[in-house]
Amino acid sequence: MDWGAIFGNAAVELISPTTAAYALAALGLAIHFGYTGLLNFGQAGFMLLGAYGYAIPALKLGWPVWACLLTSIVASVIFALILGIPTLRLRADYLAIVTIAAAEVLRLVFTTNEFAAVTGSANGLSEYQRGILEFNPFPQGRYGFGPWVFDNRVWFFLVIAWIVVALAAVFTWLIMRSPWGRVVKGIREDEDAVRALGKNVYSYKMQSLILGGLFGTFAGILFVLPRAVVPSYFQPSLTFFVYAILLLGGAATILGPIVGSIVFWVLLSFFSGFIARAVEQGWLPFMTQVQAGQIRFILVGVAIMLIVVFMPQGILGNKKELAFVK
Amino acid sequence: MSSETAPTAKPVKTTGLHVGDAAPGVKKVDPILIADGVKRTFGGLTAVDVEHVEIPRNAITALIGPNGAGKTTFFNLLTGFDKPDTGTWSFEGKPLAHVPAYRVARMGLIRTFQLTKSLALLSVMDNMKLGAKGQTGENLFRGLIPAIWRKQDSEIETKALDLLGRFKLDAKKDDYAASLSGGQRKLLEMARALMSDPTLVMLDEPMAGVNPALTQSLLDHILNLKQEGMTVLFVEHDMHMVRHIADWVIVMAEGRVVAEGDPHTVMQDPAVIDAYLGAHHDADLGATDTEHVEALKELIDDEQ
Repeated sequence: MDWGAIFGNAAVELISPTTAAYALAALGLAIHFGYTGLLNFGQAGFMLLGAYGYAIPALKLGWPVWACLLTSIVASVIFALILGIPTLRLRADYLAIVTIAAAEVLRLVFTTNEFAAVTGSANGLSEYQRGILEFNPFPQGRYGFGPWVFDNRVWFFLVIAWIVVALAAVFTWLIMRSPWGRVVKGIREDEDAVRALGKNVYSYKMQSLILGGLFGTFAGILFVLPRAVVPSYFQPSLTFFVYAILLLGGAATILGPIVGSIVFWVLLSFFSGFIARAVEQGWLPFMTQVQAGQIRFILVGVAIMLIVVFMPQGILGNKKELAFVK
Repeated sequence: MSSETAPTAKPVKTTGLHVGDAAPGVKKVDPILIADGVKRTFGGLTAVDVEHVEIPRNAITALIGPNGAGKTTFFNLLTGFDKPDTGTWSFEGKPLAHVPAYRVARMGLIRTFQLTKSLALLSVMDNMKLGAKGQTGENLFRGLIPAIWRKQDSEIETKALDLLGRFKLDAKKDDYAASLSGGQRKLLEMARALMSDPTLVMLDEPMAGVNPALTQSLLDHILNLKQEGMTVLFVEHDMHMVRHIADWVIVMAEGRVVAEGDPHTVMQDPAVIDAYLGAHHDADLGATDTEHVEALKELIDDEQ
């Protein structure tokens, strides 16, 4: 058994751009769900808008990087407004229903052949990174140490991704310790009470939805920068993985989503490497290689259930809070 | 009115609040809140149908009535938490109809809830700070820079500490509100309402679920509000409390105002006795209603 490869692959996930992207998406959900109490089940939709909002103008119109970023941001703010205006006055469950449906609608629109000329349909888009790679300060070649040997392109995206995550974490920390954060936390506990104290609850919920959605949008861009973008990345399961990361790390914490994402990806990589090789070795005679590829998701599911039952506050969550949860 | 009230002393009643005979919808000398033709129906049920009512300024007004009389619905309508079918009402001369709840609160009309709404997973201090009005740091962008809001925040904290001290909650300031007892949460909700320096405080059953030991201190707090120049309107089922502290009593039954007057005379009003006893005199009233009947009978006996 090649333990070196198993652990090496797992170690790569520790700092991979994908881990950073998921951490950022989870941080967005922490703002929505952990701090404001908004049940956004459409984070995949925000990520999709980020990814395509960047890729389409870059590839089809040859826009510069800043214009592509702006397109993503505008698309995601509009999406948040469309979701929020009708539902944020209603009970929390309505937002959950609308967001999960809207994210699916978006994914199917980008999958349909009707718009293949723009979206690339199910095959997606690739080679839209040319603009941003002009800024790559890393010299040509593959380098690194230990398991972390990447080419200059991956290093570039990796550094960008973690810088964005760090900035987002600092931003979230600043805003959640301010009076603004106090108001949204109050809304999470009881929005009528906050309304009775003269706060415009609807506006705060909308601000939170837009802010967390923007984090999802940036996560979408970071996620597709090192690869090609296809609509099937943005299935509802993506949102659920991000929720799993959030709950794993701790819902109302700043570093929880980041730690959660790292733990999630390292474990996922470790399990898939281990099981694939165990099947190869004939340790699991009842299982084929194809089945082995899927079993890691079963293990993720089991792990999420165990977390929710035995450690509902997550890795970094405050256990004291749970003493009062009904 | 400005005399110092010792905890057990008899409260000083404000009198001469109305113009003419005390009757439903009577004119007040100095009304702070005037409601006209406020009607709210839920399907076929008319929950509130108030023709005209005025709330006197700088006095304690009690809103009483049997269960289902529409008191809480009327509260919700006045504070923007519910929308009436028809009607207008104004607060200090400014029209309030169709004004959203948060704007009503900003105008100085603060309410509490029948089922206490403490913000469970916020500390007692954060609960209090949330009550303060006009905080610059509550803007998303200004909130990012602590230098902008820190000074104001520490002023708010000083004020909150003072209020918490008066409500004997200062030892609890760093605990989650969830860890308080039911009575302490009532106190916290009232203290939080005072953070915004309201002109009219509307308390929905401030005594519900409060143990007798805390009742006296809550009563004193309500009386203090009047001394500090605020107006209080409260819904209450406890007749002793109503008689003890209210300057004016408005009685509602089946959505209408059926009687008004000072607490001693209004309780002898046949319309009030009818409201409590008449409609149900041969029905099984259940535990809560029996309590009211008992209390009312006692009061009537006391008066005679």
